[in-house]
Amino acid sequence: MFTRYLPNDTKEVRKRLKKAMDVKDVEELFSDIPEEIRLTKTLNIPGPLSELEVKREVEKILKRNRTVKDLVCFLGAGVWPHYVPAVVDEISSRSEFLTSYTPYQPEISQGILQALFEYQSMICELLDMDVANCSMYDWASSLGEAARMAARVTQRDKFLVPHYISPERLRVLNVYAEPAGINVVEIKQNLQDGQIDLEDLKEKVSRDTAGVYIENPSYLGFLIDSSEAISEIVHDAGGLFIVGVDPISLGVLRPPGSYGADIVIGEGQPLGNYMNGGGPLLGIFACKDEDYLIRQMPGRIVGMTTTQDGKDRAFCMVLQTREQHIRRHKATSNICTNEALCALRAAVYMALLGRKGFRDLGEIILSRTYYSIKKLSEIKGVRVPFFEAYHFKEFTVNFDGSSRSVQNVNRKLLEHGIIGGKPLTHEFPELGQTFLYCVTEMHTLRDIERLQSILKEILEG
Amino acid sequence: MKEFHQARWPEPVIFEIGSQDRVGYSFPALNESLRSTIADQYPMPSRLRREVDPDLPELSEVEVMRHFIRLSQMNFGVNNGFYPLGSCTMKYNPKINDAIASLDEVHWIHPYQPEDTLQGMLEVMYKLALWLAEITGMSKFSLQPAAGANGEFTGTLMIRAYHKLNGELEQRREIIIPDSAHGTNPASASMAGFDVVTVPTDEDGCVDLEALKEAVSSRTAGLMLTNPNTLGIFENKILEIEKIVHEAGGLLYYDGANLNAILGKTRPGDMGFDIVHLNLHKTFSTPHGGGGPGSGPVGVKEHLEDFLPVPLVEFDGKHYYLNYKVPHTIGRIKGFYGNFEVIIRAFAYILTMGAEGLKKAAEISVLNANYLASKLSRIRGFDIPYGRGKPKKHEFVLSCSRLKSETGISAREVSKRMLDYGVHAPTIYFPSIVKEALMIEPTETEPIEEIDKFAEILASISRESYEDPEKILKAPHNTSVGRVDEVKASHPRTLCLSWRMFKKRFKKTK
Repeated sequence: MFTRYLPNDTKEVRKRLKKAMDVKDVEELFSDIPEEIRLTKTLNIPGPLSELEVKREVEKILKRNRTVKDLVCFLGAGVWPHYVPAVVDEISSRSEFLTSYTPYQPEISQGILQALFEYQSMICELLDMDVANCSMYDWASSLGEAARMAARVTQRDKFLVPHYISPERLRVLNVYAEPAGINVVEIKQNLQDGQIDLEDLKEKVSRDTAGVYIENPSYLGFLIDSSEAISEIVHDAGGLFIVGVDPISLGVLRPPGSYGADIVIGEGQPLGNYMNGGGPLLGIFACKDEDYLIRQMPGRIVGMTTTQDGKDRAFCMVLQTREQHIRRHKATSNICTNEALCALRAAVYMALLGRKGFRDLGEIILSRTYYSIKKLSEIKGVRVPFFEAYHFKEFTVNFDGSSRSVQNVNRKLLEHGIIGGKPLTHEFPELGQTFLYCVTEMHTLRDIERLQSILKEILEG
Repeated sequence: MKEFHQARWPEPVIFEIGSQDRVGYSFPALNESLRSTIADQYPMPSRLRREVDPDLPELSEVEVMRHFIRLSQMNFGVNNGFYPLGSCTMKYNPKINDAIASLDEVHWIHPYQPEDTLQGMLEVMYKLALWLAEITGMSKFSLQPAAGANGEFTGTLMIRAYHKLNGELEQRREIIIPDSAHGTNPASASMAGFDVVTVPTDEDGCVDLEALKEAVSSRTAGLMLTNPNTLGIFENKILEIEKIVHEAGGLLYYDGANLNAILGKTRPGDMGFDIVHLNLHKTFSTPHGGGGPGSGPVGVKEHLEDFLPVPLVEFDGKHYYLNYKVPHTIGRIKGFYGNFEVIIRAFAYILTMGAEGLKKAAEISVLNANYLASKLSRIRGFDIPYGRGKPKKHEFVLSCSRLKSETGISAREVSKRMLDYGVHAPTIYFPSIVKEALMIEPTETEPIEEIDKFAEILASISRESYEDPEKILKAPHNTSVGRVDEVKASHPRTLCLSWRMFKKRFKKTK
């Protein structure tokens, strides 16, 4: 039965193989494994099963998941439900892409190389940056790498981050920063409008500041209104300005390149990738066209060149002397396997949407966001959003005015087939009973109205 | 020998196709009156708005489809042909696993959904972690790392946390790594703040024990080892290595990139390793996706369980849940829980193979490698320098050093000429201890006919090298493009990393 995936597991072929090597038993080829550590028992794992049985078994288990197709889900916070056009699946399931690996041999891998170059190029247009690598694991790991890159570029060790950042992302940052001796310091944000406290920033920025990081839109959905001032403050001190984004916002929101970002990172999942329970995702990593930045970039980068005879345009991986397989312990990062297929999906997605699509989609999301804010504000005891600022896609909903407890609200919503926003009570206690809600083009106005009426019923009784 | 021809589409860069006002999408209509009411009620200041649309191409769906289909035809994967890229385990990826990974229950779940709506995902993760622990002889696994190198970083951070807890981190600054190790090992050790000490390989192709004894000291934090190593040789003195490192107070880290060869035969846990990472995209047959995504689970022995990243997936007898209460956790090395779309494929693969199938996979991968090694080492100009007479495991490293000195043809040229025959080239110039190295891993999924054909291709390249090297020097001839100018590609004056950079440079030259 195993010859299906092991074509040489026939009596005849096994015999031929053994004969050619002059061995009687395959065990002879394992004879150099010391007796003491040879496994004598059979591994205690299930299987083997036929294809039909595997499918049934896995489907049976997976049925215990409830999907956002069965439920209306208002969760975001780093992974968001967005529609994935059919073309994206068609292209990314092409065997020539799916079953290839890192294009070490460029002549036979022009397809993935050109596609990744196009991903880099299109993401640069969205971000208003010049150079992007062809993927990191996710936003969080991009942030960790950005802090380390800023420290290498500036030879400084302080990295400033906003107070309102995803605690998970912050945790990853700390894990990346600590062994490099980078000191992560929090910048205050105003409780009223969420804006960066510029006085606090000025006080904390100094000659040892490697970089200042902000997110726009922020983790809690509000927009940062003083990005240019922040950029000026960090640049005056000789540090790098690093901005984290949700790329889907950039059809309607100002791109970070236009307000002075040196490095831009973010989560590329909304660009044609499914949520997949949180992975794989797509870490965006881009910088300005400056040699001192490019040389310190982590990850694979594809460049456009020509064939040696100069006749044809061609693509290949470039600046590999930054990478682990050449530079070993002096590499800019240890990353090898990345998220290339997710980047390919993002390339197809960006090509489909094109110049106008991001604006159109952004307008839809903005309109859904404000429709939700307007509708939910009508409920007694509910404050939406918590912060007096402009919001995109995500917004805070505060229930302090209501007598119900936070956990109860989400449980009751679930009884109605709705997954409520992410509770922030533990993450940011100063916000009280606050949840982070998310709406995208996947949410209909009816979904929002239903959320309102059920919430109203729960809170007003 | 019949040669192959790859598609050669004269395909422009995507920015060069399309036409103004074309789109390749459609979204639900925007309610205009709602939009204007909102714009009146919540007027967003222009300083927050994008002024100019991004300079993206404007394409209809058919143009996008054709463009990327053509690009796909100028690419080469395992489903196209033999892909013996050493240390990358490019085995066939069963289609059923892709079908399962595209179910709605995989694609359309949000990681922050209540646990009782994610029981399916958590069960898969919990069980896979148990199975991996059984396969490797470890005690507990985390599936969080996104790739092998991400797993290595996790592992080296655990080594750091372990010594820190014992108050020895100040002193234990060194990680010992053999000179034949994957480049990610020293890079990961360095990222975790360690200094790297390199130990040489002896003539048998194994860690030089005398050198190792000299290298260990009270400064030793740990050793990172691949077994079988990158020469495809089993480190048969592993128990002595284990003793030397443990007695010095260091931890043993197992790079699981080469686990495929020993499935069901021996286990890193039984060899004495404290920490293990696996590459699900290699050993457990998930597609490599043109460079990723992969998945790099990390497993530990009992004494290191409390250092694993959070959250861990646990089972209370009734429900699967996420456990964030791990006393000395290193924290997180990426967002969320792991690459579930990859994890689910490995889960299905193990169910398909079972213990018997995995063991057979190891056996046949080793049979195939030794069979091919014996054929190739007889070809003029080639030999296998380390561990003469020793059986190889899943891979071996061929050197064409003699071919180079006798004909001028290098490993690079041999690899380029191979492409003309419709096979992917091996890993070249690695490990660096082998001159003119071609690192070859046929895997267990390759039929003998393909392996024989590969040997014939190499024999033909050898003949060509001695008789008529011109054609090899100009290879490849049959791929979508000829030899790519990689030096120019990385040269500061001609560096072009995006279409935007290209336009800037083009304007300058105009």
